Amino acid sequence: MRRRLAVAIVLWSALACPAAWAQAEQGGMPQLNFANPLTTSQVVWLAIIFFALYLLVSRWALPQVTEVIEDRAASIAADLGTARQAKEAADAAAEEENRATQRARAEAQAEISGAIARAKEAAAAQSEQMNARLQAQLDTAEQRIGEARTRAMGALRQVATDTAMVVVNRLTGQPADQRAVEQAVGAALANRPG
Amino acid sequence: MAAPPTIDALSQFRLATSLGPIGASVNFTNSNLIMVATAAAILALLHFGMRPRAMIPGRLQALAELCYSFIADMCLDTIGPEGRRYFPFVFTLFFFILFGNLLGLFPYFFAFTSHIAVTAALALLVFVLSIFVAVTHHGMRFFTYFFPQGAPVALAPVLVPIEILSFLSRPVSLSIRLFANIVAGHVMWEVFAGFMLILTAALGIAGGAASILPLAINVALVGFELLVAFLQAYVFAILTCLYLHDAVHLH
Repeated sequence: MRRRLAVAIVLWSALACPAAWAQAEQGGMPQLNFANPLTTSQVVWLAIIFFALYLLVSRWALPQVTEVIEDRAASIAADLGTARQAKEAADAAAEEENRATQRARAEAQAEISGAIARAKEAAAAQSEQMNARLQAQLDTAEQRIGEARTRAMGALRQVATDTAMVVVNRLTGQPADQRAVEQAVGAALANRPG
Repeated sequence: MAAPPTIDALSQFRLATSLGPIGASVNFTNSNLIMVATAAAILALLHFGMRPRAMIPGRLQALAELCYSFIADMCLDTIGPEGRRYFPFVFTLFFFILFGNLLGLFPYFFAFTSHIAVTAALALLVFVLSIFVAVTHHGMRFFTYFFPQGAPVALAPVLVPIEILSFLSRPVSLSIRLFANIVAGHVMWEVFAGFMLILTAALGIAGGAASILPLAINVALVGFELLVAFLQAYVFAILTCLYLHDAVHLH
């Protein structure tokens, strides 16, 4: 498409230009009046001005822009690098803190369960000790009760014998046979329930 | 009685010498004066724009950097990494044409891009440069450019002349496109402005009132011409980049 257009333009210019030039001779378009020396002299000056502009732009003007843009790009890259490093440091610190928290929590947990276990152990030991002591006291008390009872039983026999002898003495008027009374009291005590 | 006004659309393109007798002695024309003004404007924009050398650019510096990166991106995208070498040339070419077109829009200024001799010289410069680049890059292999890769050899007698013709037509189309666009815009302005004068002379007050219509068209044309000024400079520069791409890569 573009090529066809270009070909058409070439043909057009080849056909149309001489006609236009002929017209220019009679005061047509000043652009096509090549009899005017200014038409060509402006091209010479164009060459001089354009070349000078090219030299100034490429050697003097554009390097200023390049420098500023490159400085900015370098500065932005440096800032981004600093920011990235700071982020990495912050991430590392956050992770470190996370780990420390985790560790502290685990230690605390262990400490707590240890304390609970120790406390349970101590309580169990204490209660066992207490039980043993109570048992011992109970045993002594029971022993004492038994002794007291035995003692009381012994005293009862004495009292019963004496009373029986006095009663027999009063009833019969003669002293009772101590051995027979003791025997009778012993039998009665033995038959007594409890 | 004064002669009735006529439409004189072509005298605006007439060359004259400028800078008084010194300019006349070296045939320094009014179009060359605008070329110098264009060059000064480009250099001033870059120099005064970049003078703050600010990390965060102000308006003028942002404009100068925008100009720079616009052409730099165009070169790198179109030509490839080799485009860096031709960036100053394309930059100069684009802004010379753009500022020339824009300065030419001002009253009493001269649009030097409306001269076929100027646009043809610029197009020939591009043409010769692209041939020079192609020959330095590829030597004699440059001539394989005129035979498309993979085409049947039997078609060579047809294809090669077509390719040569399309290659040779590059500077012609490049120069005529710019010249014709700028001439057409300036002639239209002049025609509609002359039409206002003719209306007023012929119809008096009613004609003066009616000439608001051609004036409105001219106002719209200002916007259109600004677009054309940019677009033609862009087309010239992007085609230059394409030709340089062909020269560097051959296809």
